[in-house]
Amino acid sequence: MLDVILTIAYLVGVISFLFLFVLFAVWFERKLSGWMQDRLGPMETGGFQGWLQTIADAIKLLLKEDIIPEQADKPLFRLAPYIIFIGTLGAFAVIPFGAHLIGSDLNIGLYYIIAISSIIAIGILMAGWSSNNKWSLYGAMRSAAQIISYEIPIGLSLLVPAVMAGSLSMQTLVAAQGGGFWNWNFLQAPPFGLIAFIIYFWASVAEVNRTPFDIPEGESELVAGYATEYSGMRYAMFFMSEYANLFVVSAIGATLFLGGWSSPLPFLTFIPGPIWFLGKSMVLVFIQMWLRWTLPRLRVDQLMGVCWKVFLPFSFLNLIVVSFWMLWVK
Amino acid sequence: MFGSFFPVILFLLAAGGLVLVILFFSSLIAPHRPNPAKNSTYECGEVAEGSSWIRFNSRFYIIALIFIIFDVEVVFLYPWAIVYRHLGFWAWLEMAIFLVILLTGLAYVWAKGDLEWIRLPEKETESSAETPLTPDNLRN
Repeated sequence: MLDVILTIAYLVGVISFLFLFVLFAVWFERKLSGWMQDRLGPMETGGFQGWLQTIADAIKLLLKEDIIPEQADKPLFRLAPYIIFIGTLGAFAVIPFGAHLIGSDLNIGLYYIIAISSIIAIGILMAGWSSNNKWSLYGAMRSAAQIISYEIPIGLSLLVPAVMAGSLSMQTLVAAQGGGFWNWNFLQAPPFGLIAFIIYFWASVAEVNRTPFDIPEGESELVAGYATEYSGMRYAMFFMSEYANLFVVSAIGATLFLGGWSSPLPFLTFIPGPIWFLGKSMVLVFIQMWLRWTLPRLRVDQLMGVCWKVFLPFSFLNLIVVSFWMLWVK
Repeated sequence: MFGSFFPVILFLLAAGGLVLVILFFSSLIAPHRPNPAKNSTYECGEVAEGSSWIRFNSRFYIIALIFIIFDVEVVFLYPWAIVYRHLGFWAWLEMAIFLVILLTGLAYVWAKGDLEWIRLPEKETESSAETPLTPDNLRN
């Protein structure tokens, strides 16, 4: 019984964290883009640097009419935000925030994350198809092609930490990297750990459809991609899971390659694990935002080309070499 | 009841329930005044031309097919990654051979040109010698 209560308390905590993160990340990204483009960004709402802006936006979206087009496939149109949000929040169940802060330390945790994240592609395809709108369909097709293509380099590069630790349980994967930053996976079997991390990071930027890989929803050509026909709170669900996914991929990267909640130096262990974990994740989130406002959008042929012709062969060879290394050198 | 999967199922149910509650709450306070123009499909202000449920380019199917082959193979790799060290060199070699076979498949797809996203229509490349490249010819 106590287990159930603790799990529910943890769940409420994670959902609150998710909402706070999205509110903060949207505001922070607007300020960051403003700063990088030599303008101010939101300044009015809430006084200091417009910090209330996203909350005001959320309330505005809550009060907006929910329009379902006459021509849409209505059951699928209604179902799509559920699928996407389930895929997003589902991943949080096995992300370790601290030594004991984890929803469930599944023995197939890493595999579960990859499986549950794949559901998002189905939701996106569902949203785009059911809208019966050309922009939505094009956006969804491109997005699905992009997400499934980049899933393979992600799957292969996430295998590298699994090979190193000999486990798929997230806590075991973190524990294997404990003791100091030289034990973190991106510095293991140099330079192959680093190659896996770089492939994972770039592919994860593509996986969450952010610039420079934001072809599925490039505003200048596709209006809003698969979310074109969505309005009000239904649209907000897409927006929210997009930002939540930004955190999910960064958290997975931090957990598997940057030591998760373990501290970089042995004498810094008095600082609690969750702070290290959030700090590392936020650094990766910041890098993704930085890339978004720095790089131009890739062309679709470059996007598919770099996935199938560069990332895929390299992650294959990387895996073969790393597994050989673990067999003979260790 | 579900062992270590209980929190996971709770998370999935909570995700669905959360969307349901938020959308229900929004439907209580948001206005609802539909009209034919508002409910029509968005097409940059024009009246929508036909249905959008069209046949799309076959290259998406090819990508999906290649994806299925490689994704199934990644599924095979996960259990192997956990146990191969106990099984020793031969387990590693077998998987390496398996990967090389799949990489041969990738090389085949690559050589066939299915990884090229930009492909000129065959008709155009054949007839380009005779016909001049005017916008009308390119459109065919």
